[in-house]
Amino acid sequence: MPKMNLTHFEASVLFALFSSVVLGVITKRTDSERLRYGLRCFAYFIAALIGLGWLMYLGHG
Amino acid sequence: MPTNVTKAAAEPAPGRSWYPVVGLGWLVPGGGHFLLKRPGRGALLAASVLAMFLLGLMMRGAMFQPQTGDVLTTIIYVGGFVGDLASGLLYLLTVWLGYSQPDVAGHVHDYGTKFLVAAGLLNILAMVDAYEIATRKKD
Repeated sequence: MPKMNLTHFEASVLFALFSSVVLGVITKRTDSERLRYGLRCFAYFIAALIGLGWLMYLGHG
Repeated sequence: MPTNVTKAAAEPAPGRSWYPVVGLGWLVPGGGHFLLKRPGRGALLAASVLAMFLLGLMMRGAMFQPQTGDVLTTIIYVGGFVGDLASGLLYLLTVWLGYSQPDVAGHVHDYGTKFLVAAGLLNILAMVDAYEIATRKKD
């Protein structure tokens, strides 16, 4: 098994991607609703990631 | 009589037994959905859980062993073990093939450990979804 080195950002984006796919698939009734919900979850993940990143950067001083 | 007909039509048809669906869903991520003839959703779930698990292995994440002690230790280690175990065959094969990564410092290893647990937790969500489909609570 090859070893993988990812940055915080890369690992978080991959986590967000796969979690969003599962959250999209298991909720809602129709495929279009699932797609929209999955995309929205991914967008929220990325927004939280960037927001918390800036918060830690600014809080660090 | 019309009342009986209306009542019968309003009641949902009895769902199939959920034991094999949830059992297969645990062993093979997405397997429950394949058994319920939802191959598209099953494939997406399988791909996501598998990718998350393999990324965790490639980042050399550690598997949790159940430990008890104070409340926090019990929650972290028993909860982490349950999360790892929820990946089903992926976890069992990995352990049987001798994967034993010590818990070392470093953000990549730490992410790997979280990816391994998250793969199992996502599989639990998939199992709950398969259960609800099998019992006709959703389509």
